[in-house]
Amino acid sequence: MALLELTVRNHPGVLSHVCGLFSRRATNVESVLCLPSPDGTSRIWLSVCDDARVEPLAKQLRKLEDVLDVRTPAPDVFERVERALRSA
Amino acid sequence: MSERSGAQIIVEGLERQGVSVVSGIPGGAILPLYDALSHSRIRHVLARHEQGAGFIAQGFARASGRAGVCLASSGPGATNLLTAIADARLDSVPLVCITGQVPSSMLGTDAFQEVDTYGLTVPITKHNFLVRSARELLDVIPRAFAIATSGRPGPVLIDVPKDVQTQTTPVECWPEPGRAASPPTVDTCAIEEAAELLESARRPVLYLGGGVVQSGAAELARALAERIDAPAVMTLMALGVLPSEHPLSCGMLGMHAARYTNLVLEECDVLVALGARFDDRATGLPEQFCPDARIVHVDVDASELGKIKQPRLGIAGDVRRVLEELLPKTRVMSRPEWRARVSELRRQHPLRLPGAHDPRTPYGLIRSVAALAGDDAIVTTDVGQHQMWAAQAYPLQRPRQWITSGGLGTMGFGLPAAIGAALAFPERKVICFSGDGSLKMNIQELATAAEEQVDVKIVLLDNHSLGLVYQQQELFYGSRFYASKYRGRVDFPRIAEGFGVRAWDLDTTSEPSALLRRALAEPGPGLIHASIDVDAKVFPMVPPGAANRDMIGG
Repeated sequence: MALLELTVRNHPGVLSHVCGLFSRRATNVESVLCLPSPDGTSRIWLSVCDDARVEPLAKQLRKLEDVLDVRTPAPDVFERVERALRSA
Repeated sequence: MSERSGAQIIVEGLERQGVSVVSGIPGGAILPLYDALSHSRIRHVLARHEQGAGFIAQGFARASGRAGVCLASSGPGATNLLTAIADARLDSVPLVCITGQVPSSMLGTDAFQEVDTYGLTVPITKHNFLVRSARELLDVIPRAFAIATSGRPGPVLIDVPKDVQTQTTPVECWPEPGRAASPPTVDTCAIEEAAELLESARRPVLYLGGGVVQSGAAELARALAERIDAPAVMTLMALGVLPSEHPLSCGMLGMHAARYTNLVLEECDVLVALGARFDDRATGLPEQFCPDARIVHVDVDASELGKIKQPRLGIAGDVRRVLEELLPKTRVMSRPEWRARVSELRRQHPLRLPGAHDPRTPYGLIRSVAALAGDDAIVTTDVGQHQMWAAQAYPLQRPRQWITSGGLGTMGFGLPAAIGAALAFPERKVICFSGDGSLKMNIQELATAAEEQVDVKIVLLDNHSLGLVYQQQELFYGSRFYASKYRGRVDFPRIAEGFGVRAWDLDTTSEPSALLRRALAEPGPGLIHASIDVDAKVFPMVPPGAANRDMIGG
């Protein structure tokens, strides 16, 4: 499992730009989490199964106009989300 | 401070960008913009199909290096543009497309002529906008031009709901026009390393791609080849970067290269890829492409480095900047052994152009037209056999002389692209090589050519079939010809004349050369029709999926 953390401009089209890069390469996004920041940006966390595809995908993501930063590997936020959901 | 409508902001924005010509077709959702455009000095060229409008803008952009602009209405207007946008994306052509959209309040209601233009264009644009207020347009227009022309160029789409076009807003000051961002500085260590690799090379080859044209680096690429005494191959997109008769030019590589060209690559020990993306039509089976070579890959798009082939040295940078730095770091070299080997391969496996002296054969027709058109002419093509014959045989002299749909391979590209090139360079003659399959895909643009009186000569190689499909069915599908021959005949000269375009028919003359001379000397749009043999083939040919050394024919 590979994890990515993106900082993006927060507007209605940005998620489809990001997800489109994965679907056109037949790569499944296993988990998604998106949180707005007070400065008008958002952070998106993504996890994908196929480790080998992450580096080329990160390069493609960096080309998107609305993607300001890409970090990979990134901290596993999904583990914590899952725990929180289980205890809820 | 004055009030402006969204439509006026778009038009003034285009004027401020220095746009002189736009192509398009109006419709309900873009009428406010057309109304504003009617008060502008910008020339509007009315296409007959939005795909034609898109390719006219592309032809303008590819010939001039400036962003092309096209307009379309919502719904079918926008969907008709898609092919031209996708084509621009794959060949990295700067394009700004502006589409009308249903009013904001009706978005998502399946309103008349509503389609999700934004969603449809996400994967085929470099970037796209759905504009939500007239005020946003002030920034969106310059940003669109900056994005389209910066780094690796590409198409940008701006979708503007009708109410945003009519909405007014006070305008105090205009943002600066959008320009291509200056390319990032080049890593000096990488330049040193590249120079060392070239120094250590014994059999280097330069592999020149469309990026050399885009960055205006043709002169520098030629200087590098001469300085380090290295032969150079060109992709379909880079043809013209080296004049075809330059002693270091090995012509086009790949699927329809001369045999010697692909064999030179087999033997090279250092491959310098400049603004090229290792497309499968160029490399054949990538694992077996340049099997012995260490690769230096220079591309302004970092995601291209290592995408297909892992380079020894990848440099993310503008080709021109990199060559400006690299040239002074290289020594003048001489490689008599390698040059002799290349000459030997060329002698043993030359480019064969059967019939090159007979204007009734494909190669002969292309060569005759080239001799008459002169070096100033711009050449566009459609897609298919005629395209590859022209790529092999036309003696191209300079970058941006050759305009062809490479990545997407769009039939129907040639005629509207030729119109666009003629709009950018009205003093030049534009030759459009086409086939009967391709020409029919945007034949309605003959009306546009007639209306604008552009100096475009279509040279139609007519074999009453989809020639490259026919060829592949013969070679790879046991001659089971299916859906590749047209049973109905089309009288192209009559069709052209019906559109108000002069026509000449090589089939009905006993003096083809004299007829070609007369036709090409005539100003304005024209069609030269020539029947060709359906069994004529593009050779050599690397079967799709094979290694480049496994060529058939030629």
